[in-house]
Amino acid sequence: MKKLGFVGVMVAVFFMVGSATAGTLDDVKAKGYVQVGVNGDLFGFGKPDGKGVWKGLDVDTGRAIAVAVFGDPNKIKFIPLTAITRFTALQSGEIDVLCRNATRTLSRETALGLNFVQVNYYDGQGFLVPKALGVKSAKELDGAAVCVLPGTTTELNVADYFRSTGMKMKPVVIENTAELAKAFFAGRCDCLTSDASQLAGTRAVAPKPDDYIILPEIISKEPLAPVVRHGDDQWYDIVNMSVLAMINAEEMGITSKNIDEMLKSKDPKVQRFLGVSPGNGKALGLDEKFAYNIVKMVGNYGEVFDRNVGKNTLLKIERGLNALWKDGGLMYSPPFK
Amino acid sequence: MVVAGEEKIPFFNDPAKRSLIYQFGVMVTVAFLGYYLMSNTLTNLERQSIATGFDFLEKESSFEIGESLIDYSAADNYFRALLVGVLNTLKVSFIGIVLTVLLGTIIGVARLSANWLVSRLAAIYIEVLQDIPVLLQLFFWYALFYEMLPAPRQALNPIAGMFICNRGLIFAVPADHPVWAWMGWTVLAVLVAVYVMRRWALRRLYKTGKPFPVFWSSIALMVSLPFIVWMLGGAPTKMDVPQLLGFNFQGGISLSPEFAALLLGLVLYTAAFVAEIVRAGIQSVNKGQTEAAKALGLRSGKVLSLVVIPQALRVIIPPLTSQMLNLTKNSSLAVAIGYPDFVSIANTTINQTGQAIEGVAMIMAVYLGLSLLTSALMNWYNKKIALVER
Amino acid sequence: MTVYSYDNSVDEIKPPATSVGVLGWMRSNLFSGWFNSVLTVLIVALLIKTVPPFVKWALIDSHWLPSGVGCGDGQGACWSVVTANLRFIIFGFYPHDLQWRPLLAMIILVVLLFYSQNRNHWRKALVWGWLVGLAVMGILLRGGLFGLPVVESSQWGGLPLTLLLSVFGLTAAYPVGVLLALGRQSEMLVVKSLSVVYIEMIRGVPLISLLFMSSVIFPLFLPEGVTVNKILRAQVAIILFTAAYIAEVVRGGLQAIPNGQYEAADSLGLNHVQIMRLIILPQALKIVIPPSVSILISAFKDTSLVVIIALYDLLKTTKSVLSDPKWMGFSAEAYIFLAVIYFLCCFFMSNYSRKLERELDTGL
Repeated sequence: MKKLGFVGVMVAVFFMVGSATAGTLDDVKAKGYVQVGVNGDLFGFGKPDGKGVWKGLDVDTGRAIAVAVFGDPNKIKFIPLTAITRFTALQSGEIDVLCRNATRTLSRETALGLNFVQVNYYDGQGFLVPKALGVKSAKELDGAAVCVLPGTTTELNVADYFRSTGMKMKPVVIENTAELAKAFFAGRCDCLTSDASQLAGTRAVAPKPDDYIILPEIISKEPLAPVVRHGDDQWYDIVNMSVLAMINAEEMGITSKNIDEMLKSKDPKVQRFLGVSPGNGKALGLDEKFAYNIVKMVGNYGEVFDRNVGKNTLLKIERGLNALWKDGGLMYSPPFK
Repeated sequence: MVVAGEEKIPFFNDPAKRSLIYQFGVMVTVAFLGYYLMSNTLTNLERQSIATGFDFLEKESSFEIGESLIDYSAADNYFRALLVGVLNTLKVSFIGIVLTVLLGTIIGVARLSANWLVSRLAAIYIEVLQDIPVLLQLFFWYALFYEMLPAPRQALNPIAGMFICNRGLIFAVPADHPVWAWMGWTVLAVLVAVYVMRRWALRRLYKTGKPFPVFWSSIALMVSLPFIVWMLGGAPTKMDVPQLLGFNFQGGISLSPEFAALLLGLVLYTAAFVAEIVRAGIQSVNKGQTEAAKALGLRSGKVLSLVVIPQALRVIIPPLTSQMLNLTKNSSLAVAIGYPDFVSIANTTINQTGQAIEGVAMIMAVYLGLSLLTSALMNWYNKKIALVER
Repeated sequence: MTVYSYDNSVDEIKPPATSVGVLGWMRSNLFSGWFNSVLTVLIVALLIKTVPPFVKWALIDSHWLPSGVGCGDGQGACWSVVTANLRFIIFGFYPHDLQWRPLLAMIILVVLLFYSQNRNHWRKALVWGWLVGLAVMGILLRGGLFGLPVVESSQWGGLPLTLLLSVFGLTAAYPVGVLLALGRQSEMLVVKSLSVVYIEMIRGVPLISLLFMSSVIFPLFLPEGVTVNKILRAQVAIILFTAAYIAEVVRGGLQAIPNGQYEAADSLGLNHVQIMRLIILPQALKIVIPPSVSILISAFKDTSLVVIIALYDLLKTTKSVLSDPKWMGFSAEAYIFLAVIYFLCCFFMSNYSRKLERELDTGL
């Protein structure tokens, strides 16, 4: 009788199968939309607003990819994933690309069979503490109760840090970002550790933001990047170039507002970039105007950053490492030629 | 008359042969499906270069665990981390089951109370708590705990040596001394003695009809003997009082808010079901039984313990067992509020190693083992109290 | 010898005022004996201490405007967290201007449920009504026919998803459960042992482990390139889980059928399938209707577990709202709102199940 359960499964399978045997680009085109794995709970990176509209830096990165392929930011499906399901979803082909603040590491590139593209946010792990605690450095945190998200690199980093400095900690692990922040504000733990971007966000939404400080120590490097499967170079290039196009546009001073004027620019670099003089699009297997469309419909990297996490948002994050190389940051795009 | 076996039965009309064919068909189908899934899985694992096997158990876990019954640090291996998880699951399930049975019985009895207010309140309790998902209740209690209770530095101190704050409930325990161990052994010895005494008293009662005050003599033994041991051991009174050192309380014993929320949520939820079971069990005993027992001249205490309870238990035990199993299985929801139970740690393990199949298989195996163990114990008990039909 | 006769001239003596009316009721129900009196006083004191502050917090001092004006003053409840986000909590990501469709689907469901409540309405036509109703609900949710724009299942969420997972889960699990129960009663050793192993294994593990399996292992079972929608995977896990419980309930019903029924059917010359279909199952399934409603209730509550695998059911949409900085501090209000929804649904169902139990009890 057990078989009947499975027969049911198999019937169901034939109902809703998606085939992904050809190249990812062909599959995406055949489906008519890009499937993007996102966080779902992380304000500023991937989270639906009160009307169910997805907002965030990672979400906009996903939209840029949809624009590159279809010229339409709405030909996209967001699939919220937990830390535990995110890589499986990508490996099994349930999603085409993962934009879920995933840290690029050696083991993920190799053992999990994944490829990380251009970093869309440089982060590092830090500590947020209440001022009242009187702590000035992470070195004074011996014996502290530490709020941390489970199943992330963050959890390992903080254990490593306390071990390497010979201190003791008591982890308080809660799987949901918001619940974790709430527990911290209520004093369930002495400090909250997370990527610095999230600490800023958490501090910004505190009942009294001035009561909390971020400690100076950054204990890890967290290059967050979109992820694709191993072995599909064309799709890798498309995702990679979609991210880079936003950075390149900012370098060239092209924004969604001035882009139509820039079309008339005499600069050959701008002409190549925007597809006025063709070549780039064909090389990628995309529309010649893909970069133009991305900037026009989604914006350049600076606009996306400002809109989702920048000064005028609740998160109020400085550009820092995420500024252009010209301004002392790490964002650098190869030439589009 | 047709002699049996003379007429040839068409092959497909012979039930025995037909059933063989059916069974063979089912077996082949299941085997084929199993093979199909297995081969798919192996291909996929190979293609995605995911590691297989349980080698990771030997590797260093490198994550910390908030509370543990045994020594554990991030330098220990995954096996020990998972063991910590199993023990934490056992801890919350065991304490949870004991408290649930107590609370459930009280509410079940209250539901039958002659006091209108008490019985109404019990009814409301049962109805409301049964109808709200246990996960929602866990979220609610956990949020309530850390939002309402003060920080360690402003900890409530209701009685000396006991502190309540958002880090949990911390209370003093007697400081380490060999006497406590001896007292533990004494209690065990008394328990054995009480058991022997009870059997002897019962045998004497059946033989001579003379009752023996088993209950009171047990209590007397239970109190006096450990006390004598304590006095002989030098009557130590030193306590290990928790103190606020650095960020948190040191010393004493502490119950974390995660544990407390999980325990409270599970107990309140399951007790509502147990109360219904207890009520139904008591009501199932025919009123005539009570009246007959009274007519025999038994006191009301004896009526309860000799007539009503043994019969009610027969109705109560089987559904109670499944509620105990439910509580154990529901303890896996700990993962949602951050209590490091087995699922929570297996979850982290899956995440760090990428070996989902092994992780989920271990989760299933552990809970299956716990369920079978509990059912076996309760079945044994159920057999013991079952009606002996003559 | 004196003959005693009823003397009509004596007025009937009224019972004392303390044993009738309000006073009498109170005496016999609240203050019978010192123990009950003490209990009553204690409980009344407790109620006075807790209920008025709660009412003040929840109703009198509370804030209701979607803008959230006045929230966070620390005085009353902030129901704004619910009113401002109601549509997202109830419908999740379903496109804003198409939300009438899941609403209509839910109304159809409720109407069908209410209509089926009356046993006089249980006819063959009702079964067809349910099938048509379920199909219409499916079409309404998914679209794609009759000019309705398609809404992919990844956009379904909130209450419709919760109802879908539980109602469809039970409907699909029922046939599987009946077959498993028959399998367990079967004389064929292979079939019997497979059924027993399946039922006992599923009943021995928590639902959450099956959900993990559906979300992280199931994709590995499929051949390369084939993927199954996430909601469907969770749905399959819930069906497989519920089927094992239904099997046990149905087995109880099968065992309650006296042997004479089998023997009588045998002597009529019916074969096994006919006996089951015409004699045994109709009786057994009737007995197990009330416990089946209990299974529906637990399935309804258990769907909240899909939170853990990030499906946007009712609980997850609420949690999502609560992770918005603006609404972070108001979890108690949001959880209470959810508790009321769950309570109303389950209370309705369990009341109904009790009523049925009473009705069916006398019939047998």
